[in-house]
Amino acid sequence: MKLHEYQAKQFLSRYGIQIPRGRVALTAYEAKQIAEELGSNVIIKSQVLTGGRGKAGGIRLARNPREAEEMATAILSMDIKGLPVRKVLVEEAIQFNREIYLAIVNNRVSGTPTILVSASGGMDIEEVAHLSPEKIISENIHPLLGLRDYQVRDLASAINLPHSYWKQFMQICKSLWQLFRDMDATLAEINPLVISTENELLAVDAKTTIDENALYRHPDINEIGDLEVEDPAETEAHKYGLSYIKLDGEIGCLVNGAGLAMAVMDMIQYYGGKPANFLDIGGGASADKVFSAMRIILEDSHVNCVLINIFGGITRCDEVARGVTMALADTPHHVPVVARLIGTNALEGQKILENANMHTLDSLSDAARKAVELSTGSHDEHTAE
Amino acid sequence: MSILLNKQSRIIIQGITGEEGLFHTRSMVAYGANIVGGTSPGKGGEWVLDGKYPVFDSLKLAVDATGADTSVIFVPARNAADAMLEAVDGGISLVICITEGIPVQDMMKVKHHAGTKGARVIGPNCPGVLSAGQSKAGIIPGHITMPGNIGVVSRSGTLTYEMVYALKQLGLGTSTCVGIGGDPVIGTDFTQILGLFEDDADTEKVVLIGEIGGQDEEAAAEFISRSMTKPVYAFIAGVSAPAGKRMGHAGAIIEGGRGNAESKISCLESAGVKIGHNLEEMATWLK
Repeated sequence: MKLHEYQAKQFLSRYGIQIPRGRVALTAYEAKQIAEELGSNVIIKSQVLTGGRGKAGGIRLARNPREAEEMATAILSMDIKGLPVRKVLVEEAIQFNREIYLAIVNNRVSGTPTILVSASGGMDIEEVAHLSPEKIISENIHPLLGLRDYQVRDLASAINLPHSYWKQFMQICKSLWQLFRDMDATLAEINPLVISTENELLAVDAKTTIDENALYRHPDINEIGDLEVEDPAETEAHKYGLSYIKLDGEIGCLVNGAGLAMAVMDMIQYYGGKPANFLDIGGGASADKVFSAMRIILEDSHVNCVLINIFGGITRCDEVARGVTMALADTPHHVPVVARLIGTNALEGQKILENANMHTLDSLSDAARKAVELSTGSHDEHTAE
Repeated sequence: MSILLNKQSRIIIQGITGEEGLFHTRSMVAYGANIVGGTSPGKGGEWVLDGKYPVFDSLKLAVDATGADTSVIFVPARNAADAMLEAVDGGISLVICITEGIPVQDMMKVKHHAGTKGARVIGPNCPGVLSAGQSKAGIIPGHITMPGNIGVVSRSGTLTYEMVYALKQLGLGTSTCVGIGGDPVIGTDFTQILGLFEDDADTEKVVLIGEIGGQDEEAAAEFISRSMTKPVYAFIAGVSAPAGKRMGHAGAIIEGGRGNAESKISCLESAGVKIGHNLEEMATWLK
């Protein structure tokens, strides 16, 4: 779960890392008031969970409270990459001499957290990683021993940080590690960490992502999660314990298992069609759960064909078939359905679907080809059978 | 022979009294696995499945009484990291964790600790291990496989089932089938399993089923070109997956342009691995 910048900064501040003075505002009037309180040039920053806010015009400098109000009005009416801006962060504008990149991230290759530092702060770090990977210095953090002082000194030295800042840098790195561990973060990033003209190290922008599997031990974080920004269909699916991702094609997919769901999407693409979604109904899904899954697929108006592929182990094919027919009876959106059911109670399931006039096939590639034909209209439906 | 698991493996089920634990224990027994008992804190002294299998309060008690060397974990996500540590500390040499949803930082600690103790952890979030015709430790349906000389290693559960099923349709069997799990941090990676298959006299060919996310397939490609003499066939799921979207498995995500299917496929191809775009077609290559 991603936190907003203002939320990430509140946590940094709680761990003793300095951040610019400021607050979040829901209205332009509030933004103006905050600018008045701060009494300096302020930065108005849109709070949306996506990158590229600056390029989209979602981060602007205001020289007085009146400008702050105007800019906040403009930003609060924006959509950035499809996400509506509902909040802005109003902060004092910091004058600085140098920008540093600092992050701790879970590293799946080493199987440890890794701390990353670069002297090229402020830039898109993925671009730095791509163009000049040697500019990113990293140290793996021992999962039991934690971040050691010598590792921080090595990092400071590698980016030529003047000795006068080492003590502050040490405190910031150690605090960030503490935060990362305490909050079950998968990413805690400060970009940039600046050296201000007053010789202070401040976190000017921050990102934090929390491990969703660990949210049960962080009820406070779970509460501040901003679910409204997710796709509504994805939120709906989440409620039923379905893993669903909306894509931009026309063939709806209903599959059990994440790897298999991806493979089905791939096969659709391989045969020239476009998947409308990723959907994994999980193991042992009930008819009710399948009903919800099928409804979510059918509510997508781009869907012109549905491909069902179930490999029944603990999942029962007849249960799936019942859920599918229930959903079809319940919707005005009539599209052809192609199904392949293998494994537990497959014959019973096939019978249910055939009685409801659905196409059932034995092989996954045949089923995918059939769905693509029906979706793209490349063959007449009857002659193709 | 087989790798990791055979008829002699003495298996203990952690979380044997839960619904999942009981259901799959029954199926493992039916397959012929040598189940020696299970654990369930607070239920020590009970017997399950018609009074045939003893339940112990702790893994240590179970090992002392049964001499178990393998454990299969079905306990809920919140307790699963602890269960893995308990197994490692209890002297189990092969710990197979089926449970999904374990926090990554917990798994990092488990992985590190298992490494220092010399125990092998498979998973988490995996279907387990099946040595065809001998034993199964996990949830892979037994009837879709048959004994043979093909080793299968995979990050995905149902995709593994599709593969072994497609093989069986053609009369082709497997030596051992290993699900290594779909999480970002797992106990055992492709390379380690490939090494075991390379050394296994009964495995002649290997099928690797990977997916987007991470660098494990790239590492496998390097290992294959350097150290493997047996032919390897691979399928990579997620060719059509968009970047930045997590495809169900916590580990299946293309981040910062890394871990996409194209890079995995090209690394494997340069290592001489034949790539399938369709499991059914791929099965015919293994005849």
